[in-house]
Amino acid sequence: MFDNLSDRLNKVFRDLRGHGKLSEKNIQDALKEVRMALLEADVNFKVVKDFIAAVQEKAVGREVAVSLSPGQQVIKIVHDELVKLLGGQAEPLELGGKGPAIIMMVGLQGSGKTTSSGKLAKLLTKQGRRPYLVPADVYRPAAIEQLTVLGNNLDIPVHPSKVDQDPVTIAKNAVLVAEKSNYDTLLIDTAGRLHVDENLMAELQNIKAAVKPAEILFVADAMTGQDAVTVAEKFNEDLDITGVLLSKMEGDARGGAALSIKKVTRRPIKFVGVGEELDALEVFHPDRVASRILGMGDILSLIEKAEEVVDKKKADKLAKKIRKDAFTMEDFLDQIQQIKKMGSLEQIMGMIPGLNRMKQMQNMPKPDEKELGKVEAVIRSMTADERRKHQIITASRRQRIARGSGTSVQDVNKVIKSYTEMLKMMKKMKGKSTGMGKVMGGKKRRKRPKGLMR
Amino acid sequence: MLGWFKKKIARPASDEEVSPPDQQEEAVVGEPGPEEAKSILHEDVGVLFKRLTKGLAKTRGGFIKRVDELFLGKKVIDPELLDDLEEILITADLGVETTMDLVDDARDRVSRNELADPQALKAILKERITDFLLSSDRPAELVMPTEGPFVIMVVGVNGVGKTTTIGKIAHKFANAGQRVLLVAGDTFRAAAVEQLKIWGERVNAPVIAQATGADPSSVVFDGMEYALKRRYDVVIIDTAGRLHTKVNLMEELKKIKRVIGKKLSDAPHEIMLVIDATTGQNGISQAREFGKAVDITGLTLTKLDGTAKGGIVVNICREFDIPIRFIGVGEQVEDLRDFEPEEFVEALFAEESDS
Repeated sequence: MFDNLSDRLNKVFRDLRGHGKLSEKNIQDALKEVRMALLEADVNFKVVKDFIAAVQEKAVGREVAVSLSPGQQVIKIVHDELVKLLGGQAEPLELGGKGPAIIMMVGLQGSGKTTSSGKLAKLLTKQGRRPYLVPADVYRPAAIEQLTVLGNNLDIPVHPSKVDQDPVTIAKNAVLVAEKSNYDTLLIDTAGRLHVDENLMAELQNIKAAVKPAEILFVADAMTGQDAVTVAEKFNEDLDITGVLLSKMEGDARGGAALSIKKVTRRPIKFVGVGEELDALEVFHPDRVASRILGMGDILSLIEKAEEVVDKKKADKLAKKIRKDAFTMEDFLDQIQQIKKMGSLEQIMGMIPGLNRMKQMQNMPKPDEKELGKVEAVIRSMTADERRKHQIITASRRQRIARGSGTSVQDVNKVIKSYTEMLKMMKKMKGKSTGMGKVMGGKKRRKRPKGLMR
Repeated sequence: MLGWFKKKIARPASDEEVSPPDQQEEAVVGEPGPEEAKSILHEDVGVLFKRLTKGLAKTRGGFIKRVDELFLGKKVIDPELLDDLEEILITADLGVETTMDLVDDARDRVSRNELADPQALKAILKERITDFLLSSDRPAELVMPTEGPFVIMVVGVNGVGKTTTIGKIAHKFANAGQRVLLVAGDTFRAAAVEQLKIWGERVNAPVIAQATGADPSSVVFDGMEYALKRRYDVVIIDTAGRLHTKVNLMEELKKIKRVIGKKLSDAPHEIMLVIDATTGQNGISQAREFGKAVDITGLTLTKLDGTAKGGIVVNICREFDIPIRFIGVGEQVEDLRDFEPEEFVEALFAEESDS
């Protein structure tokens, strides 16, 4: 895997301290690194080329701000430029006009149109609209059933389409039904199709001509590679799309496709899908995606991930326990399991910007998932009493625990030691009202001279 | 290529004439000794490629301009040519690392005067990429166990085409006279069970399923029991699409695998990861995480009938040594082909153009 972009740029500029200006020469190497980062993030080759040229023009001759290193300055220029390209700010759906507003969902097979239709319908309901879901995919087996089930789960009406009907007829009929039943927004879920399939692309044009949609949303998979431009360009050419919905952004894809699609279609990215649940749809944040494309870590996603995993109630309970000095081995185990739930430790660390730059990290004990497993096994082999009161764990008990957990007595000792250390740390935290930040920050307070001690 | 024909032939089956002509042809390729097979393969590459391009031409609008022109039009290898080469490889989703490896190597060879002309460069590139694709020690064909059902578990991220691929694989086996059972392990997505059932009807294979929301492991348990009792030849297990970053869903996958193994000790015999040809560099992450969780034994590359080249598999093969079993080239039941590295590499260098 490639290092973080900021690390690589710092390397490029290592010999450049003191130079006040970004010159054509010294920026070239830096932009080479930026180019690599963008290509690795699946931004299209040609888009990268244009982008780099534009950035170079902007960057040459710029003064390096006093507070920034040259590397940081380049990143700032690149980042700002990316945000600008991605569309500055989120753009809402344009659903004005008389009669029911119509939204058409289009895209390749498997890009997530049907699920996104369901999510969008839910969002619209929350905004006080009365959506009507219209399945118009008569080709894929059980596609109509899929949207019908989603509609039923959401308690949103679904048009009773049949597989032997023509999609254009379905759309027309659905509009009539909506007018009669006072639905104000239609969501037409079209079949996934390849952009090179002229017949099916013509079908979309016919639907468009028949119902005159207010919005045509192109649904694209965030994991798409270089081909994103070809596909988006063709859909836009044939249908003149009004916006983009980027699906499957909850994964670890860098999402360079977002930039490619925005660049070739010049249409705003309106939403991102961030999960399989029906409320996992968000408005698009260009700055977050820009950081992600550059591979500079995504601290917001990390926070979100932690929030997702850490049970709020459990956390409150734990805080209480710490205050009451009742943090048991049981709670220790709980903590370990929560860490494990967040995903691989490497992955978590990768999300923290600049972490790999810290040289001391290399000397730190590598978080080993196997070790965590061992700790878990050891604690699970303790009796309930032992978990509550670690003091009673004698040598013979240690031997039993080691046998029970398939580890060695040393392993058991290690677990007990790290547990008692955690206890000590917690006592310290409790001792000082402002202690939390200090302890977490890892900075030791300087010892006061003896005479001043209480 | 189709190793499972070996078993079919070993068994007293007389449905040879039932197989469509192209399958017989491929069966022959898989049968003879290595040397003989090689020569047949060599002859067939041209035919196969023509067939593939013909299939693709229909959808690509017939505008296939070979990048050969890039190599043919020039007498010497200059920096411009190497730049163009870099563009071709990157836009085929081979990724920066693999591309740089190939281009830098080419540059070195040029400076050592090892390459006479652009044609020589092209040959060496093709050879190297093919080597990446063939880097796995495992056999490229599916090998059926001598006894008991052949259990295939199909995994992948959302929307790559797992269920469609299962329908097509089932069709292949059914055509070869095997009794196929499908197991609807995707109990999460709305109407996924119905989707597999429709495929079951199409290929005449029964589908074991429970209601949406059921525990997938329990469905798989039922499926395995049913298959063992009724002596099915092939069991194909569908699983819900899941992003490889979802820890609990990956745990669920491990559990499904364990349940299969408990019912039949050496099963699943094949754990197939389905990759969408439009996928970019995230494919590496997919292969890594699915591999860590359930140890992938084969790949299928879907949606190659679009304009995406699917170059990410070169990267995956290079890094993880997993053989590619099939490619999906359309929505019809017969649109699943055996993977042929040579023809795939050839297609990587074919460029469509609008002119």
